[in-house]
Amino acid sequence: MAHVESLDAELQAAYEPVIGLEVHVELQTDSKVFCSCPTTFGAEPNTQVCPVCLGLPGALPVLNRRAVELALRAALALHCTIPPECKFDRKNYFYPDLPKGYQISQYDQPLGVNGWLEISVNGEVRRIGIRRVHMEEETAKSVHVAGGTHTLLDFNRAGVPLIEIVSEPDIRTPEEARAYLNELQSIMRYMEVSDCKMEEGSLRCDANISVRPRGTDVLGTLVEIKNMNSWRAVQKGLEYEIIRQTRLLSDGEPVVRETRHWDEGRGITRPARGKEEAHDYRYFPEPDLVPLALDPAWVAEVKATMPELPAERRARFVRDFGLPAYDAEVLCADPAVAGFFEATVALYPQPKQVSNWIMKDVLRLLNDAGLPLAATPLRPEHLAELCRLVDQGTINLTVARQVFEEVFANGRAPAEIVAEKGLAQISDESALLKVAREVVAGNPDAVKNYRSGKEKAMGFLVGQVMRATKGRANPELATALVKKALAEQQGQE
Amino acid sequence: MAVTRAEVEHVAMLARLSLTEEEITQFTKQLNDILEAVRRMGEVDTTGVPPTMHALDQIKNVFRPDLPRPGLAREDVAGIAPAWAEGLFVVPKVVE
Repeated sequence: MAHVESLDAELQAAYEPVIGLEVHVELQTDSKVFCSCPTTFGAEPNTQVCPVCLGLPGALPVLNRRAVELALRAALALHCTIPPECKFDRKNYFYPDLPKGYQISQYDQPLGVNGWLEISVNGEVRRIGIRRVHMEEETAKSVHVAGGTHTLLDFNRAGVPLIEIVSEPDIRTPEEARAYLNELQSIMRYMEVSDCKMEEGSLRCDANISVRPRGTDVLGTLVEIKNMNSWRAVQKGLEYEIIRQTRLLSDGEPVVRETRHWDEGRGITRPARGKEEAHDYRYFPEPDLVPLALDPAWVAEVKATMPELPAERRARFVRDFGLPAYDAEVLCADPAVAGFFEATVALYPQPKQVSNWIMKDVLRLLNDAGLPLAATPLRPEHLAELCRLVDQGTINLTVARQVFEEVFANGRAPAEIVAEKGLAQISDESALLKVAREVVAGNPDAVKNYRSGKEKAMGFLVGQVMRATKGRANPELATALVKKALAEQQGQE
Repeated sequence: MAVTRAEVEHVAMLARLSLTEEEITQFTKQLNDILEAVRRMGEVDTTGVPPTMHALDQIKNVFRPDLPRPGLAREDVAGIAPAWAEGLFVVPKVVE
């Protein structure tokens, strides 16, 4: 199929996409959901396995209480109703990553139902329904060697606890899908339910998408998209599929109900083959596990120990720190960043200034380095000290940025770096006046321009002073002294 | 609601069973006999009786604490693998 770039406005106005997302999230327990094997990510293959997670005959599962509590936390944070009782079921299919021939999951009695979360896109807040949250076990990790004749399996991941979060088909654009995933990731991180690292597979997303003529309530033919392994892939996969389905409908051709794979290399979706064809899982109640009673007292206890939600924290940042809503949203996306902000403000009570530093410099450097905040040597004390050095006039903002990059890289104290590199601002009038005189003498054209009324020329002259002092001159003092030097020169003429 | 030969073949495919024509005939009859027995049980009036989801449905919430323990030694795992290479199970290629 030819690559389709975009839809014209007319087609966009005529057709509406309807999107629902199925998100799998790995729960951050220390041991697996039905056995005691550790869940450490990145261990040597097949070193965290036992008869239960290898599916050996006679081995029996026993439910991890902590996994249930984390799943409850997630469901409660998504405003789900928790039924008084739920159970586990077997989902039967044959695939080598599933040694028992079935996955233990929950079918008709999930742990949570009828929830919602709110997203904000272009300033518009929308509520997206959550149909269900259920528990299940992870499968083994398959390694496919390119051009190889075999598939390799690592069972360390088999039996890691998962929850599947199924949204209602309330999402209308790829941007909303992305906002939904961002908010879901934020909530799961705040709840300490999961680290939600898409690159490590601890958060995975499949999409159900159909397109219909705008203004109707009937749903179009549903297509499931799998294999979208990054935020970008979700957005691109949905964009592609909207265009493909809209084109088919406008040409009067049928959309086939099928599962399609996102092909990252080619930037297209294509029909999946293999296990996805047989949607015949013959679910039945898991006889090896007894029912799970979700006693209201237990649910209340889980709820009482839940951390603050991202939406609550954003509201608090606006209310208590007087931050703009935009700042609150950016700072609160990652609980580690929000915590860093609060700790810094506790040491240096200028919230907007701290927010600017974090939004402009901290997040940029984290993004460039591809690291989480906790993996860097940066501490709230560093940023607070740096802000004070600027306030006291020891360094200017330009120098502060350079110092900050170094603090970020090696965790040294800002004052130490300033002292060692001689970065302190030059506020010594006689030294700066000498530089200003040289600049005035050496740039006759700029001086002429300034005298003929071109204010901009002053900026140039001050810039030359900054350059000559390697950015260390106090900018206000430099301006005053350039003016003084100009006046002296005029006096001599 | 009789089970057809086609359904038996479909279930056999899902269960990765290769059946002969005679076996399909035999299992179609046996499955229908079983379903007939179930249908007869269905005649009992169970109004107001909750479904039994589990033989032990009076026992609930059997848990273990979230404490990791080492599992099997890797050489023992390798010993039960039909094929093994560099710490991984080797199985027939499953991807298109």
